[in-house]
Amino acid sequence: MKNWSELKELRDSYRQNVAIRLEDGTESDFQYEKEILVCAGTGCISSKSGDVIQNLKDELEKHGLADKVRIVSTGCFGLCAQGPIAIVYPEGVFYHLVKPKDAKKIVEQHLIDGKPVEKLLYHDHKTKEVINKLLDTPFYHKQKRLALRNCGRIDPERIEEYIAFDGYQALAKVVNEYTPDDVLNDLKESGLKGRGGAGFPTFMKWSFAKESPSDQKYIICNADEGDPGAFMDRSVLEGDPHAVIEAMAIAGYTIGANQGYVYVRAEYPIAVKRLRIGIEQAKANGLLGKNILGSGFDFDLDLKLGAGAFVCGEETALLESIEGHRGEPRPRPPFPAVKGLFGKPTVVNNVETYANIPQIILKGPEWFTEMGTEKSKGTKVFALGGNIVNTGLVEVPMGTTLREIVEDIGGGIPDGKQFKAAQTGGPSGGCIPVEHYDVPIDYDNLTEIGSMMGSGGLIVMDEANCMVDIAKFFLEFTVEESCGKCVPCRIGTKRLLEILEKITMGKATMEDLDKMEELCLHIQENSLCGLGQTAPNPVLSTYHYFKEEYIAHVMERRCPAGVCKNLITYEIDEVACTGCTACARRCPVDAISGNVKEAHHIDQSLCIKCGQCLEACRFHAVNVG
Amino acid sequence: MKEIMITINGKVCTAPEGSTILEAARINNIEIPTLCFLKEINEIGACRMCVVEVKGMKNLITACVYPIREGMEITTNSKKVFKSRKINLELILSTHERKCLSCIRSGNCELQMLCKEFSVDDEDYYNGENLQYDFDDTSVHMYRNDNKCILCKRCVAACSVWQDIGVVGPNDRGFKTHIGSAYEKSLGEVACISCGQCIVVCPTGAIAEKDQTKEVWAALDDPTKHVIVQTAPSTRVTLGEAFNIPIGTNVEGKMVAALRRIGFDKVFDTNVAADFTIMEEANEFIERVQNNGPLPMFTSCSPGWIKYCESYHPELIPNLSSCKSPQQMFGALAKTWYAEKMGIHPKDIFVVGVMPCTAKKFEVTREDEAAAGYSDCDVALTTREVARMIEKAGIRFNDLPDEQFDNPFGEATGAGYIFGATGGVMEAALRTASETLAGHPIDSIDFKEVRGMEGIKEASYEINGTKVKVAAVSGIANAKKIIEKIQSGEEFYHFVEVMGCPGGCINGGGQPVQPASVRNFVDLKTKRAAALYEADKNRGLRKSNDSPIVKLVYKEFLGKPGSEKAHSVLHTSFTKRSEF
Amino acid sequence: MSVKEKVFDFIETESQHQEFEECLNNLQGVQGGQMPALQEAQRIYGYLPVEVLERISKKLDVPLEKLYSTATFYSQFTFVPKGKYTISVCMGTACYVKGAGDILDSYATSLKIKPGETTPDRKFTLESVRCIGACGLAPVITVNEEVYGRLTKKKGDKVLVTYLNQE
Repeated sequence: MKNWSELKELRDSYRQNVAIRLEDGTESDFQYEKEILVCAGTGCISSKSGDVIQNLKDELEKHGLADKVRIVSTGCFGLCAQGPIAIVYPEGVFYHLVKPKDAKKIVEQHLIDGKPVEKLLYHDHKTKEVINKLLDTPFYHKQKRLALRNCGRIDPERIEEYIAFDGYQALAKVVNEYTPDDVLNDLKESGLKGRGGAGFPTFMKWSFAKESPSDQKYIICNADEGDPGAFMDRSVLEGDPHAVIEAMAIAGYTIGANQGYVYVRAEYPIAVKRLRIGIEQAKANGLLGKNILGSGFDFDLDLKLGAGAFVCGEETALLESIEGHRGEPRPRPPFPAVKGLFGKPTVVNNVETYANIPQIILKGPEWFTEMGTEKSKGTKVFALGGNIVNTGLVEVPMGTTLREIVEDIGGGIPDGKQFKAAQTGGPSGGCIPVEHYDVPIDYDNLTEIGSMMGSGGLIVMDEANCMVDIAKFFLEFTVEESCGKCVPCRIGTKRLLEILEKITMGKATMEDLDKMEELCLHIQENSLCGLGQTAPNPVLSTYHYFKEEYIAHVMERRCPAGVCKNLITYEIDEVACTGCTACARRCPVDAISGNVKEAHHIDQSLCIKCGQCLEACRFHAVNVG
Repeated sequence: MKEIMITINGKVCTAPEGSTILEAARINNIEIPTLCFLKEINEIGACRMCVVEVKGMKNLITACVYPIREGMEITTNSKKVFKSRKINLELILSTHERKCLSCIRSGNCELQMLCKEFSVDDEDYYNGENLQYDFDDTSVHMYRNDNKCILCKRCVAACSVWQDIGVVGPNDRGFKTHIGSAYEKSLGEVACISCGQCIVVCPTGAIAEKDQTKEVWAALDDPTKHVIVQTAPSTRVTLGEAFNIPIGTNVEGKMVAALRRIGFDKVFDTNVAADFTIMEEANEFIERVQNNGPLPMFTSCSPGWIKYCESYHPELIPNLSSCKSPQQMFGALAKTWYAEKMGIHPKDIFVVGVMPCTAKKFEVTREDEAAAGYSDCDVALTTREVARMIEKAGIRFNDLPDEQFDNPFGEATGAGYIFGATGGVMEAALRTASETLAGHPIDSIDFKEVRGMEGIKEASYEINGTKVKVAAVSGIANAKKIIEKIQSGEEFYHFVEVMGCPGGCINGGGQPVQPASVRNFVDLKTKRAAALYEADKNRGLRKSNDSPIVKLVYKEFLGKPGSEKAHSVLHTSFTKRSEF
Repeated sequence: MSVKEKVFDFIETESQHQEFEECLNNLQGVQGGQMPALQEAQRIYGYLPVEVLERISKKLDVPLEKLYSTATFYSQFTFVPKGKYTISVCMGTACYVKGAGDILDSYATSLKIKPGETTPDRKFTLESVRCIGACGLAPVITVNEEVYGRLTKKKGDKVLVTYLNQE
């Protein structure tokens, strides 16, 4: 592809090929009459969507439909809890929890007989009514998909599909019509902030790098997503790799860099594969490499694989890692925009930030600022997890409340349990208790209530979760992932964890709580990098909002949620017990005694608190205290 | 440089633009404590001891790496700052093996000093679980005790930046991080060159020289032994530091007096042996120039450099001068010519070196260094160990009178003195070589181009019609650079002096430890070297070939430089070692 | 994770040797080439033998300890060969709150090894891993490439038994 008009022509011709799934009545002379889009994201692949795809292809072949119906493997639709998901176009019927053996039915019943497969249709979990179209599920009602716009819509391994949906138009526009300052202006007006956690205005980062004189500069995409429970970046890379590639080239043009690197976790094999394919295809089409679209601008892109260190999500640690060193963060200043990779000015942004940029350029900053709150514009992707019905990937306008995300989009808490708190920002964030359920979520509000946006993990906890245990869990993670460079993080987090262990063991005193708080503040204020500075957040926020739970562990030697093993006892309700002996048979240490049809009893001196009796009892006779 | 205005602790002051907060404060007479910071080689901001408050910043700032800005308001002494530093110290203590009373660094441990300064009143406050590390005493010259390590990584920087060797580094991650070698091999198993630069920068007792004073005390106690001591050129300008005498003071007289009072039978000067080294080395150089090499010829006085060459560049072994180092030449002469003169059997002579160097401990164990059939030198003590002996002997060092070395090895030329600084061996050799080639006394004996503390110095001289290109380098990183240049054909030299430690022996790994608060702000190397050049200037004789004792021994015993006898006594051989 | 003692001999096939030499040749002179070199070594040999690191050290002119230090920093690298089956229990938050810890404990007890270790017969390696992103299936484990989701302790034990019964 040599210039913009060729790109436009290609787009118009490729547009024909995806017309079936547009549902806007576009006429097409494309050979296929129907398409089945199947999610091939990591979540669905884990649930064997790869086999679903293969079986569908086999069935089509068997029935001579291979040249009439096309199977499209897409990125994540978002509703991971219901995966694998498949959608049949042009009618747009969506199937959930599709198993490989269902392929036969889909082809025979739906495609040949024209009758949707009843048992694969989705039923609203509240109204129990069938919902035919994916976008009609409550899950999507309040969502606004910008960064995820192509996820579940295109085949990420085919650049033609990306181009068909206006792909690379923004890059073409920039290299043909924009000065670097024009790009910065658009970004500034859009108010786009970094989606990786801290929320630094993107245009400022780029301006600093642009203004730093150097013979060599770099553009880096931080795809070392590592928060436990976060998979936004992975989904974008799997579902729409070209959006990131395009944005990085735009960034290169803006700051004067002609080399970029995507630093991606090696544990994301599908994302890595699709990025590789994407880069190859972009190169082959003249959208990366020398003289892009005849503009004279050169830009190359390579992959760098992470090797399993959470701290490398910190941008200076990431630079160290690309340079081939231990991922130990550097003191700042100098900032990477001035002195970054190999000492050269470098822009580091995360995946989601990049994914927003081509559209901001194409649709204009005003379009972007229409969404969001006063200080935080646009949308945010969250990975919804924990104790919630619709675990999955959601993208909502900034300012959406936690309640809307959990109740409306997430479908609430399963098993009729009560919402207790949600953890945003993973080990760097904090918990949001029910009293802040209606706070509009944006960067400032979250910081104000002691959490942070983080990269977008959102873990929902219910009454059965112990907040001290949760804080301990996150701290264990931090201790494990601390790089060990600075004292407060290396030693401080370890000592903090020991205090939490003492609390959950029922061995702590009230003085330990003071010591814990003091240490938290010390680690926050004194650590070298963001990892350490935010490590105490889970402890401080749970302590702030659930102090009584901490005190119960200390003063009463009791875990109110019944989680901390050292502080709980299992007892059998003599009235409810039918003497079925199920618990006694399951008990691995023979701590339960009792005759058949008589009430049983647990010997506390033998009990190891494994919880097997609770699981075994069908009469709710086992109580946790 | 432009001065900019800042406020420190409420007081308006100025400092040059581009300074760090640490430097700006120091200029204004405010000391900010540091532990990990070593200027230019370890600016990592890891220990967080230097934290200060800066108005407008949410978190505390590390003064060691943060540059000042016009109008910056800095507080170095607030309650918050003090508290942070104290908690940091308490956290460090919680991982530190606190056997302070029996620690070699008790009294000059930087951690200990800071704990006192910041009123740490409960060393057990953050006690918790720790990993236990094995005590590593497998190498000849030093031990490492990771249980005392505070992970400042100053040793790592010394090994990898100054020396570009990197046999030690941080292994594992997070709380499990510890200093070690590849595959957790011990120090004795890796290609460490024994330079000891890691030791002189360690703030605690985690690494230190192996103390051999016991062996020396035992020899002194043994009536059958004739115990003689020799002192290396640089030790006289550094020993005073151990007794709070200003840096760069020549304490030769007091040092001799102290050693005599400790009970050595004779107190000799290694500088005299250095004069012998020059006779042999200058002769060897002339022979190589006249007989087509191999060139360049590298000096062989620095045992750290020799070990480096043997392990990492064995192909250069033919280029090394075959001369023993002055310490070994001294021992060789002591156990041959001197033994005969004195009528003492060489086995009864116990030779102790007082050295600026930990690699000398390795050197005394080398093969092919036993002219009389017994190790040329028995024990090499570092300047630090000798200082401890003086203390233990109850000698009030500062009040001692100045005394003279014993003869016959007591009067060196100026050439022997400058052996202790980078460029010194080269200059001493050039003095003698020029005169030998000219065949008559020469006047200009100052070769100033090879003086100074730069890591790589190059010069060209015309000696008796022959153009000679020389280089003097110090620090192995610089040696590595020059080897690359030579091997790539980019440069040609006739003669290259290499000293393993940056600046030469005056900054050796066996010298008195100066805390980072001194190292970061005082040019130790220049001050110490200046004292040597001052001594050289004041010597009557300044060329090795003019030394009466040198002339005597050659006449009586060795014949002429490069003779067969000289070779059997004063020369040695080198062997290839493994790089890993 | 670091290693104290070498307990087995290094054996390589001719094709491993060739493949790795080729990688090294491509990486010579490349800025930051150490990481890809270590990653390739890990991929080709399944762990990082000292013999291989010495080759990298020579070729890329990086001290051996520097390579080792870097490798011990990242959890991807290992210094002992892994077992035939690597059981990875996801300890991401979603999995943790749904009982992944119990599954891990149960495996550790059954296999008589701690997470991060390999059974003496080199059949199983047990590890706890960071979120693998299949939170919709929590709790999740993987055995080599195979993913098992929505587990309970009981179901998890069943999975183990199937592998115990395999070669």
